[in-house]
Amino acid sequence: MRERARDQGGPGTLTDDLAPPEVDDAPPDEPLAELAARYRLRPSAARPGVFAYAGQLWARRHFIMGFATARNVAMYTEARLGQLWQVLTPLLNAAVYYLIFGIILGTNRGVPNFLGFLITGIFIFNFTQRAFITTSRVMPDSLPLIRALPFPRACLPIGYVLIELEQLVMSMIVLTVIVLATGEPLTWYWLLAIPALLLQAVFNVGMGLFLARLGAGADDFSQLMPFLVRTWMYASGVVYSIQTIGTLRHHPAISYLLQINPAAVFISLVRNAILQSQRLAAPGSKPFNALKCDLYYHNSKLVYNSAYCHPTITTSQLWLYGAGWAVVALVAGFLFFWAAETRYGRG
Amino acid sequence: MASGSEPTVVVDDLHVVYRVYGAGGEKGTAATALMRVIKRQRRPSVREVEAIRGVSFVVNHGDAIGIIGRNGSGKSTLLQAIAGLLPPEQGCVYTSGQAALLGVNAALLDDLTGERNVVLGCLAMGMTPQETKDRYQSIADFSGVGDFIDYPMRTYSTGMAQRLRFSIASAKSHEILMIDEALATGDANFRAKSHERIMQLRAEAGTVFLVAHNLAEIEASCNRVIWLEKGRIMRQGYDVPAIVDAYLEATGGEPRKRDKPQDNTHSAAG
Repeated sequence: MRERARDQGGPGTLTDDLAPPEVDDAPPDEPLAELAARYRLRPSAARPGVFAYAGQLWARRHFIMGFATARNVAMYTEARLGQLWQVLTPLLNAAVYYLIFGIILGTNRGVPNFLGFLITGIFIFNFTQRAFITTSRVMPDSLPLIRALPFPRACLPIGYVLIELEQLVMSMIVLTVIVLATGEPLTWYWLLAIPALLLQAVFNVGMGLFLARLGAGADDFSQLMPFLVRTWMYASGVVYSIQTIGTLRHHPAISYLLQINPAAVFISLVRNAILQSQRLAAPGSKPFNALKCDLYYHNSKLVYNSAYCHPTITTSQLWLYGAGWAVVALVAGFLFFWAAETRYGRG
Repeated sequence: MASGSEPTVVVDDLHVVYRVYGAGGEKGTAATALMRVIKRQRRPSVREVEAIRGVSFVVNHGDAIGIIGRNGSGKSTLLQAIAGLLPPEQGCVYTSGQAALLGVNAALLDDLTGERNVVLGCLAMGMTPQETKDRYQSIADFSGVGDFIDYPMRTYSTGMAQRLRFSIASAKSHEILMIDEALATGDANFRAKSHERIMQLRAEAGTVFLVAHNLAEIEASCNRVIWLEKGRIMRQGYDVPAIVDAYLEATGGEPRKRDKPQDNTHSAAG
């Protein structure tokens, strides 16, 4: 094979007005990198600095919002009921759990208003669960878009989390109706659900960035994701109350660890906000009373007696943990994603 | 036309490697996969495809570079690497600004209506919502998809989808413009329109790359040509007809007939 054959022909007849040089375009003698530096050319696949990257992301905020909204609309275009599924999906979820736990098992597991407790937990966990599963697939799924247009890649996982946030708003409307129907009063405490969900959304964005990079490599990770998330669900007190499990009473360290895990923190914060029965039964909400506390553990029908026990973790600590998880996840996830910014096109 | 002394794109010993999972060579059952994990073997079906193997060149302001080569010779990969969309395995590409790749295969979101795609495409290219709103009508008109603009893009014919994508991508003027096979798009009427648009973009852009199998288009539009073969530069230079003829000869085609070469000069205006 001829290597870089020199061109010996005369000037092109078709392109005279483009003024070709007399000689062939052999690269100059100096190293090309120095030539590029001399003319202040930048590497095309260069990664911007952290703050410049954050600035670029902010500049594309309209794209992120538009992407999220459009995907949300597109998700149901093939369905006859269309956008109605946004409301139907959480409703059907709630109906299934009502059937199993409310009617078939008929258990309250020592929790007041167990149905409200359960459905709140499911809906809140579902937000994180879906955000995790979709963001771990976002980079492979968007490869054509990545290879077509230059934009900060973090737009994609952030957009996916926003899609789930929009879905969550629908779920929260359904949840409000259900919770009110179970007899909970509407109080000012409900407003606390908003900062709690915002912290959860920030946490999901951070983790979504983290998972998007992990999922950008081999596919094994996104296959494993549903199992990890389901295990996490059973460890986070979605279908039971960690605070009031009898056996954990003698293992305060395990109880503590379970309760400071981010999913449990955000679920507890929202439950405390919208379920008065939870607030009143929360350990530590009444002065400690050893007798009443013991009665609770021996007869779980006395659900409100749990309030007389020692709390493993107080409400203000919950807020601190929630904020901490959100900030740590966002910073770590952002840096982790940014570090590989130029490599996402490879697939 | 500016003098050709100021480089805008420097490609320095560029290598681009694709990793392909699931290429053949394995029966693909769970049992073989398990044996592989136990024996700690690397997955044999992960293949590395070296699409670009050591390409270097310097492009100056005002150049219009045609890239020719057989299917799979690395033409589109080279453009994607210059645009910064595919990371180099080795070597580097330096550019004077963001290079815009205008490809008809730029997949947008098929589930969404044409209208949504126009808006999202504009926003992704970094336009503000106001600019997007201002340009929307001209993009929709240019694409000529008519009432289909309100339908999801998956209902479009191939030609319609390509036309819309081209209209979106060409809505913005760019410093370095790369056009990948865009001229093969659409019917005769749209081809004439898109040729005109490309000439206009070329006039605004400093540097233009053009990948096309349509050699007449390369000769009409480019003052320089790079012939790629298996990821390496076979030949490059400013004598476009000579290289095109050599390429045709090597690939077994007839040399191009150029009855009236002077007639083509209008298209080199830029």
